[in-house]
Order: sequence, then structure tokens, then C-alpha cells
Amino acid sequence: MNLLNILDEIEKVDAEVYERLNPRRNAMKQFFNFGSKVALAAVPMALGSMFKAAYGQSTATVEQVLQYALTLEYLEAEFYTKAVAAPGLIPAGAPLGAITTIRDHENQHVAFLRTTITSLSKTPVAKPTFDFSAGNGSGTGPFASVFTNYDTFLAVAQVFEDTGVRAYKGQAPNLLRQGAVLTAALNIHSVEARHASHIRQMRKARGANVKPWITGKDNGIGLAAVQASYDGEELETQAGVKITGINGQAISVSAATESFDEPLTMAQVLAIVDPFIV
Amino acid sequence: MRNSTKSEDQALLKEQDFFSSKLERRSFLRFAGAGAAGVALVAAGCKKDKLESGVYLGSGDIGILNYAYALEQLEAAFYTQVATSFYTGATQAEKDLLIDIRDHEIAHREFFKAALGSNAIGGLEVNFSSINFTDRTSVLGTAKAFEDLGVSAYNGAGFLIKDAGYLTVAGKIVSVEARHAALIRDLISNGSFANSEVIDSNGLDKSRMPIEVLGIASAFVTTKINANDLPTS
Repeated sequence: MNLLNILDEIEKVDAEVYERLNPRRNAMKQFFNFGSKVALAAVPMALGSMFKAAYGQSTATVEQVLQYALTLEYLEAEFYTKAVAAPGLIPAGAPLGAITTIRDHENQHVAFLRTTITSLSKTPVAKPTFDFSAGNGSGTGPFASVFTNYDTFLAVAQVFEDTGVRAYKGQAPNLLRQGAVLTAALNIHSVEARHASHIRQMRKARGANVKPWITGKDNGIGLAAVQASYDGEELETQAGVKITGINGQAISVSAATESFDEPLTMAQVLAIVDPFIV
Repeated sequence: MRNSTKSEDQALLKEQDFFSSKLERRSFLRFAGAGAAGVALVAAGCKKDKLESGVYLGSGDIGILNYAYALEQLEAAFYTQVATSFYTGATQAEKDLLIDIRDHEIAHREFFKAALGSNAIGGLEVNFSSINFTDRTSVLGTAKAFEDLGVSAYNGAGFLIKDAGYLTVAGKIVSVEARHAALIRDLISNGSFANSEVIDSNGLDKSRMPIEVLGIASAFVTTKINANDLPTS
């Protein structure tokens, strides 16, 4: 197209032509260079500044979402950090390698969100005190053996990951048209889903009856205490379209429910994690 | 961390070629830069493109939904072929998982078709001649490429969507694609579900703009796809 040639010519004499045409181009250019040319440590700062420039009017909603996400990431980060440090909990080799990978991602999410919030001139919420037995501080909740029993640990990990996926998904509409912040949230969301898939495979290898995806509203753990993290996943209709048997295809109820993950509201998620917070 | 076999390494190398070769970043930025300023010129000068052979995705949210529909068509066609005649040595567990994934992709494809109604593009013609469907490494390597591509495509399209309902649906699908991606990666090499090929040092997955995704996908799609009017910001 001729326009591209024109811009190409202008770029030779004016390196910032794209920025002059549209100030957000530079922001987006930086954003889509994540992981390549932009120094990675500088990314959250760039994210914050471009966000402020482009979307200053809805900072309050966005900040709330980021603080909420940070709280959930604190939970996951401390959970995996403690688990990796617990002597004899996770078998050496592939299991410990996988959990270490996940631990590192959750700690990176904490750092990323804290830096992003700070770059918006806000103060990141403090890390709560956690009780991973889900005993509200008693240490004797239903998962009291979480750091001594490998299967209990994996069950709690599955719940955290599946809930995390649903939590981020539930916030997407609050970040509608929020450019880089929405994209960053989506980029965390899919990582949590990758984690969930792997944890479920680890549980499968231990004999649990689970797949990498969620079938119906089965929690795959057999504890009523975790059911709230799975309720609603049995949805068979999406945007008014019935998925089971759609367009004459042999799509079972199981496949229909597996093929779409469902969101949770902030209130639902906070109720789910409440027993884990002192 | 991983003990890859030689054939896996070769598949990885092949995938890297596959991802890096299609679209230069400069040309992508050129396209993106043209988006804002070039609307009038595009409308005046390129209207003819729409009338050429192939499919026209459309603009706005419809365009994005058609874009997703195109990708789901590709994935569903691939897994349908995989499940029609499994690769040599496929275990029952692998077959069950691949059949599940096929059904999920068909569900996604048919969902978009139904949701788009009369706005839906037609069926795409795919070209899988580069895939050896009898060979596990070829099949899983392609599956991995498609799933990782799908995740990055949905992640990169989210900010282009204007309707909250559509954004939520995209979110419901992308996490399932990420579950697939992780599984396929683990089938190839256990523990590679979220390794540094796809996750950066901030713990973030990849995002790709539609033009980049379609450039990569075009190696497997015969039908010309006109994405000229997709939103870019």
C-alpha cells in the first residue's frame, strides 16, 4: 500500500513518525516488545506511565482490580514458597521442578503488580497473614496437613489455580478497553491456567480422577469445602448459544462445560479465600 | 531441567523457525502505525481488496469474532484429522485427551459460527501438508504451536474488543486453550507447561496482534484472509 511507503520515507527523516501520528503507538510498541527489546525490569514502569497517559479517568476501578489481583498473588506466592521449603513435602525431580517453576511465576506476578501499582502513584496493599489450613488463623482447618501431606498440598494448589483463573476472568470486563493493563491481566490469567492444567496432571498421576480441564462442576477432590471454586462451571450455554450438541455436532455435556471456563466475581473469590486469611 | 530427545529438539527448532520467519516486527509496526492515520486512504484506495478472493473478516467486534472463528476452524480441523487416525504409538490416555481437545475446539468453532450468524465468514480451506499425522513428534509439535499461538492470539485481541460480553467469552475460551497448551507441552516434555519459551521474566504469557497471528497461521490456511479492517487499537 502506498501509505506504508510514505510512512517509510517519513520514518527515514523522522524516526518518531508513528508517535507523532498517535502518542499511544509508542506505548503499544513498548508493550508488544515485552520480552524482547525493552529491559524487562522497566516494563511495569512503562506500563504504569502509558496507562496514566491514556486512561487516567478510570484509575480507581483499575487500581481496585490490581490490588485484588495482588492479594491473590500474595496468597499463591507464599503458598508455593512455603511448600518448596517444606522438607520432604514435594518429591525431588519433576514434581519439585514444576512447583518451583510455578512458585517463581507467582512471585514474579507479585513483583509485577506491586511495581505496576506503584507506577500509578498508588500504594500496594500489604501482604495479609495466611493460614493455609483454611482455618482463619487456627492452623487446624480442613487442610491442616497442607505442608506435610503431598496430596493435600496438590489439592489446595489445584483449588488456588482454578480459582485464580476464574478470578482474573471475572475482572476482564472491569478492564474493558484498558489497553495494556487488560493485556497484562490476560497474560497472567493464561499462565494461571497453564499452572492449573499441570497441577491437575500431577494429581492425575497420583490417582485423582481429574483432567487438565474442569468437567461440569466437579471439584475432583471430594471435599465440600472447595465446591464454591467449581460451582457455575457446569454452564452449557454461552452468550445465549447452547453448546451441548451445537449445530448438530456430537458435543457432550462434559465437552460443552470443559470448553469454556467460567468467571467468578470479586465477592465470590474473597469468600473462597477468606478461610485462608487470618 | 528437561531431558529432551534429539527429535524433540529438532521439533523445537522447527517451531522457532516457524514463529520467527513469517512477519518482521517492522512491518507489523508499520501496519499498526498506518491504522490510525490511514483510515481515509485505506477506504479510498484499498476497497477493492475486499472484493478479491478469500474471506473478509469485517471490522470492530465482528471482525475480532471472525478472527477467533478462523483460528478455531484451523484448530478444530487439525484435531479432527489427528483423531481420525492417531499417530503411531499413541497411548489410550493420549487419545482420550486429544479427543477431548478436538471436541473443545469444535465447540469453540461452532459457538463462533452460531454467535456470528449471518456475519460469519465461510469455512476456511486448510493445508496440513507439512504435518506428518502418523508421527507423534510432528503432531504434538504442531499442536503445541497452535495452542501457544491461540493463547497469544486471544491475549493480544482482548484490548481490541469493545463489548464486555464478548471480552468475557474470549476470556472463557483462552484459559481452556492455555490448559490445552500446557498439557500438550507436558506430553512433549514433562514440566515444559509454562517454560521460558512462552513465559517472560515477569511471569507473563505472550500476546500477539491479529496481523502477526494470521501471518503465522497462513502457513496452514489456503484461503486468503482479509484482515485489513480489524481494529488495531
